[in-house]
Amino acid sequence: MKKLLIALVLIASLLLAACGASEAGETLSITGSTTVQPLAEKLAEGFMSQNQDVQIDVQGGGSSVGVKAAGEGTSDIGMASRDTKEEELNQFPNLQVHVIARDGIAVVVHPENPVNDLTLDQIRDIFSGKIVNWSEVGGPDAAITVVAREEGSGTRDAFMELVMGKDALIMDNAILQSSNGAIRTVVSTTPNAIAFLSFGYLDESTKALSISGAAATEENAANGIYPVVRPLNLLTNGAPEGIVKAFLDYVFSAEGQATVRAEGYIPVK
Amino acid sequence: MQTKLKVDKAVKAILLVSASFSILIVISIFVFIFRSSLPAFKEFGIQGLLGELTWRPANGMYGILAMVVGSVMVTLMALVLGVPLAIAAAIFLAEIAPRGVQAVVRPAVQLLAGIPSVVYGLFGMVVLVPLVRRIPVTGNSGYGLLSAAIVLAVMILPTITSISEDAIRAVPRSYKEASLALGATHLQTIFQVLLPAAKSGIGAALILGIGRALGETMAMIMVIGNSVILPAPLDNNPLTVFLSQARTLTGNIAVEINYASGLHASALFATGVVLFVLIMLVNVSARAIIHRGNPSAG
Repeated sequence: MKKLLIALVLIASLLLAACGASEAGETLSITGSTTVQPLAEKLAEGFMSQNQDVQIDVQGGGSSVGVKAAGEGTSDIGMASRDTKEEELNQFPNLQVHVIARDGIAVVVHPENPVNDLTLDQIRDIFSGKIVNWSEVGGPDAAITVVAREEGSGTRDAFMELVMGKDALIMDNAILQSSNGAIRTVVSTTPNAIAFLSFGYLDESTKALSISGAAATEENAANGIYPVVRPLNLLTNGAPEGIVKAFLDYVFSAEGQATVRAEGYIPVK
Repeated sequence: MQTKLKVDKAVKAILLVSASFSILIVISIFVFIFRSSLPAFKEFGIQGLLGELTWRPANGMYGILAMVVGSVMVTLMALVLGVPLAIAAAIFLAEIAPRGVQAVVRPAVQLLAGIPSVVYGLFGMVVLVPLVRRIPVTGNSGYGLLSAAIVLAVMILPTITSISEDAIRAVPRSYKEASLALGATHLQTIFQVLLPAAKSGIGAALILGIGRALGETMAMIMVIGNSVILPAPLDNNPLTVFLSQARTLTGNIAVEINYASGLHASALFATGVVLFVLIMLVNVSARAIIHRGNPSAG
């Protein structure tokens, strides 16, 4: 009898504790782009350390999933590493886009490559396989080795959209690697390679080309001179309210934007 | 006596459970990848997946034939490069090397098996690829079948060497003595008596080597280039096909699974099913060949 009593008390207290936990805190769900995900996780950590009673869940899935999740309301906030498409805005007219950071994509070559500048057209022709020799763009007489990210990568998607346009495809012969780090290693050890890299991964092991005279720097990316820049967006369905607004305010605060910089992206404020 | 019997039974039961466990795991893995691949098989059919060359998920094209060819080619090349070396090393260790030499060579070969594949890949990337790139052929980037096959040949070396050595050592001493007594030289004895007698063991070594080669992922991703193309000669010389880039079945899964969802993910699981079937086929056919040659072999 005594044991039964103790057991009952224990169960009751467990139930109470469980209820207490779910009632005290508010939860916020964020879904979408795997490019924005690590940044959003860092921002969520910072926000949660200031607001102990808030629980933020960050999930991947890709930019399209993020737009849909925000539009349909299955998540409080969507993440996208590209501009919102026309048809998406038609489908979800209440969608609000908040640009929280920008990311430049650099076109990189081996440090010893004498080529310093290419036009967007030249870059498109090189990656699609129309230009196959460095001598066609003012370099040495050597075949170009095109290196690219794998299908599905956010960096590749953004490069396709911003440089390749609607019709051009990256050539089938391109060497593919599945991370920015691997791309950098391949380019730094392959004299005739060309590839694209997120600004956060630039260092002296590769050389970033200027595009039509615009050097690949954060300043140029921030003021729109450098052409290959993608926004990192958070999306809400309608104007943000309550906890969602509080989180967005934190993202745009000095501390939030410092996190953006620390993660290798260009702050917007 | 009674308790002893009970302990006996209990131990037998535990051993049975342990043995069934691996079967259970294999079956559940197969069920899982097969179920996950069903949407892709339903959408495209076996023909649409295995009969098509173009893999372009963004445009809804999921042909994995080029990857099947890539995996098979790099495995065959690795065998051509690695097997003679591995068997020669096994003969040397089992029959020729004096004890002192054995004590150095055997641990060295076994050490090769302990090196993580990412280290092989890194070595291939920064040492082998630049060497292969020196072959003066237009479009030769160094990344491709040849670099991958060399890395793979080294990786399957320890497996094939140690199992073949054991097989040669397991040949009854009387065979060798009879051969020598009949006047055969040591080399004649090795090649005409010991190797034929050890062939089922060497066959098993080859199967394990092929399995390892087909399944290798990380090192391949790092040196083979991962381009989804049917390997083709780079210029008029047909031998330059070995400098072509390629993608393996394992590489396809590992490179793309990060961002895949929906049909794309399902098609990657279908790649896994094809790999699974390919390895089963290798095992079954190799077993059949060994049994035909030597009916008494297990």
